[in-house]
Amino acid sequence: MIVGEQKPFDEVWEMVRSFKKVLVFGCNTCVAICHAGGGKEAEILASLIRMKAAQEGVAMEVDHLAVERHCEPEYFTPVMEKVRTYDLVLSTACGVGVNFLSERIGTIPVYPGIDTGFFGAVPQAGVFTELCAGCGKCILHLTGGICPVARCSKSLMNGPCGGTNKGKCEISPEVDCAWYLIVERMKQLGTLDKLYEVQPPRNWSTGLYGGPRRVVLEHIRDLEEQDEKQESQAGGTDK
Amino acid sequence: MKSGSNLERVIASGKPAVTAELGPPMSADPHEVIKKAGMLKGYCDAANITDCQTAVVRISSIAAAVLALQAGLEPVMQMTCRDRNRIAIQADILGAAALGLKNCLCIAGDHQSFSAAGRLKGHPGAKNVYDVDSIQLVGILKKMRDESLQEGGDKLEVPPKLFIGAAFTPGGDPMDYRPYRLKKKVDAGADFIQTQGIYDIEMFRKQMEVVRNLGVHERTAILGGIIVPRSAMMLKYMDASVAGVSVPPALIQRMMKARDAAGDDKKKAKELQEAEGIRIAVELIRQVLEIPGIKGVHIQAIEWESAMPEIVKAAGLYPRPTFND
Ligand code: SF4
Ligand code: SF4
Repeated sequence: MIVGEQKPFDEVWEMVRSFKKVLVFGCNTCVAICHAGGGKEAEILASLIRMKAAQEGVAMEVDHLAVERHCEPEYFTPVMEKVRTYDLVLSTACGVGVNFLSERIGTIPVYPGIDTGFFGAVPQAGVFTELCAGCGKCILHLTGGICPVARCSKSLMNGPCGGTNKGKCEISPEVDCAWYLIVERMKQLGTLDKLYEVQPPRNWSTGLYGGPRRVVLEHIRDLEEQDEKQESQAGGTDK
Repeated sequence: MKSGSNLERVIASGKPAVTAELGPPMSADPHEVIKKAGMLKGYCDAANITDCQTAVVRISSIAAAVLALQAGLEPVMQMTCRDRNRIAIQADILGAAALGLKNCLCIAGDHQSFSAAGRLKGHPGAKNVYDVDSIQLVGILKKMRDESLQEGGDKLEVPPKLFIGAAFTPGGDPMDYRPYRLKKKVDAGADFIQTQGIYDIEMFRKQMEVVRNLGVHERTAILGGIIVPRSAMMLKYMDASVAGVSVPPALIQRMMKARDAAGDDKKKAKELQEAEGIRIAVELIRQVLEIPGIKGVHIQAIEWESAMPEIVKAAGLYPRPTFND
């Protein structure tokens, strides 16, 4: 899932203070699980903004709304007409949602209500940890299922640096050293010998460094196009 | 000869090599580098010029290395993977070689969060690079030198003739993997190795036994790291906080005894501890040099370069070899 955190309220207020009609727009998938931007959080944030506006004597109408997902049009298309009646949408979806809605909404600004962090898991209630950085070329089979790209502070590829301290990373005693974990895990799996090989410099272009990425599944796209054609030939029913 | 550096020649001669360390200043003034180089000159075969150690901005390693070279001290430039991608690294390596530098130590480099650890503000918000790691960096330098090829495969007209170094933290976690990681550095092409500071000789002996069983000591020159202790407090700090360094309690007690002998006299406590620190360093040097497979020592007298002559002389490592040509 994508993990995000609520922005400090003062920062949010600075963003919204000059608008007259604001919609706090939540997303009920990832960011709801991490209690940052689901329907409930959108509702609370809307009332905080209303209170602050009242306090500051700013005339502002603030509503809230949430849909299941902000990253596929079918979820927000049904509410778009209402959404377009506001002069600011404060989206508490992840950054993907903010971008995606921005491109489709027309001339209304969409501002971020949360700080989007990382791809993570929920090891225990209220704890979220980063486990993958979406590098575009997964090597977990070489590292015992523990990711050095995301979890080693230096994204090292050939074992622990000299900073490993009692199993923790040099950046903080609170952060596990990924390479310590990898070595221990490989021992457990009886595959430590994989770590005796030198890993050559990586091709990072599969990740963020190769420019924005896109995946196109030709067969799915073709199917959709066929469906659309058939529908229009059949006289075109409203979708 | 791979590089013809003084360090390489001393190692090839079979005599124990001595390297030192010179930290460039947070200043555009060259005089401090020149002054430190003057103090170290003649007491080591080459001196490491740190590359923004602890992620603090200082005169760059290459520039300070050239200043040291001009002052008559052979430098070991350091190259961290923190601040440069493979394009900048290779460009700097070509430049360094063109300027006459002949040794390069390849290291990952301290994370930028270190820069704000002490009293400094540092740059903890900096973006790091880590395009390649230290082992890959060693491999890139070797490919440039021996195959006249850039990492990407393009040809180099004149290759950089560098003596390639890497670091080894024998006491780092997970300890049983460390000798194998050292072997990877040597497989990648490390000609010499400088270890993290060693106080726990027993631990180092055991690690070196594994290293010898892997045959690594025959394919590279391992220089044992000595960090000259200056006070009981420093030893305690290193034992508690420096990764991969453990200090036997007996050594800490020796320093505390030296300190306590001075009573309330702070100046005397400093003198007594420094004298004891030099004695400890000399003992460690002797013990490290006795371990089979060790080809020299890397002595770090941090911000205390003036102690080097006494230490090197007392350890029987003076004068340093010279070559006529
Ligand atoms: S190797 Fe890449 S894809 Fe695999 S877990 Fe790590 S960041 Fe994610
Ligand atoms: S201590 Fe471990 S996790 Fe941290 S940078 Fe070094 S190898 Fe990576």
